[in-house]
Amino acid sequence: MSELRVRAGGLYTTVQDTGRFGHYHMGMPPSGAMDTYSAVVANMLVGNPDGAGVLEGTYIGPTLEFTDDRVVAVTGADVPVTLNDEPVEPWTAIRVRSGDVLGFAMIRAGCRAYVAVSGGIDVPVYLGSRSTYTLTGIGGHEGRKLADDESLPLGAADGPGPGGAAVPEDLRPDLTGTAQLRTVVGLCSYRLTEGGLASFLGTDWKVTKDADRVGYRLRGGTLDFTEREQPFGAGSDPANVVDLGYPIGSIQVPGGDEPIVLLNDAVTGGGYATIGTVISVDRDRIAQTKTGDAVRFDSVDLDTALAARRDRRERIERVRSRIAR
Amino acid sequence: MTTIKAQMPGVFYRRPAPEKPVYVDDGESISEGQTIALIEVMKTFNEVKADASGTVAEFLVEDGDEVDVGQDIVRLGET
Repeated sequence: MSELRVRAGGLYTTVQDTGRFGHYHMGMPPSGAMDTYSAVVANMLVGNPDGAGVLEGTYIGPTLEFTDDRVVAVTGADVPVTLNDEPVEPWTAIRVRSGDVLGFAMIRAGCRAYVAVSGGIDVPVYLGSRSTYTLTGIGGHEGRKLADDESLPLGAADGPGPGGAAVPEDLRPDLTGTAQLRTVVGLCSYRLTEGGLASFLGTDWKVTKDADRVGYRLRGGTLDFTEREQPFGAGSDPANVVDLGYPIGSIQVPGGDEPIVLLNDAVTGGGYATIGTVISVDRDRIAQTKTGDAVRFDSVDLDTALAARRDRRERIERVRSRIAR
Repeated sequence: MTTIKAQMPGVFYRRPAPEKPVYVDDGESISEGQTIALIEVMKTFNEVKADASGTVAEFLVEDGDEVDVGQDIVRLGET
């Protein structure tokens, strides 16, 4: 039987891949691994295609029992990982056999751990992706987070693989300190006063308890909007504009001083001013911040954002060549 | 000193609902697996279960406080 036993689902573990694209215009967000880099690298370590289904555990990881020979790798958050209660290395391909149990202790830094298993988590593909979108209950494993005592289908693996491949330290993300989020200011930043924009970029924002795959609500500064005459089609709140599409990673301020960064499972459009957009590469970083952590927005231009994306692609290829050795 | 630690960050509550009594009072004995508090995070209220048995010597965080992962929330005394 090619299955993975879920002994304990953990706090909020879902099946994800690199996302469900092509349906945003109809209001379908991409979902997918919040920390793309960690998910892709986990797949590489076990010999999967980059976009194979992985598990994304949040705060408290799952407890998983294997039912055949596989290779497993854990990446993402800094968390002690165990195999049959013995510590094992993260960011490393580990050979496992039937009956072996993978577990997690308490996270030290970061927020989300990724588990890739050779063959991939082989849940049905829905609209081109295995990612779970829990708000509408589609994709992934029955459209929901994992529960205790159930099973997940695994794909066929090309042999058990050698195991032992590891990602060098310098190619693992640094999850310590304030998360610096490079941000392209706009589209509606004109709604902020000069002081409001300065506060947005000058504040160490704290991640509140309302931080999940949909968005991260932040607190710590003030955001003043300019006076204006309410335009036709816009709501009466100073932060309201005429409806627009929300870029993924965009930052809105729905009344008051608490910006929300919209992430993989967020609403795709609406009538709130988006004052900036976190660049795609740094969405990996905010995905690894937890409630209570600090984040800062650094203003960059679009060229910098595109260069960062190229850099990440190169970094992924560097990992690939290091693992293949 | 034996303590029970928060396994996740969030907002800490000692009672299941605002009008309900606390799950457990100082000085009460608790057993492993018993629900002793809630932590609200990611729009859900998650039960905090004791990972050891003993007597609650003291709650180290107040109702409504923010807690971090690994933070001590209860100090246990002699059983």
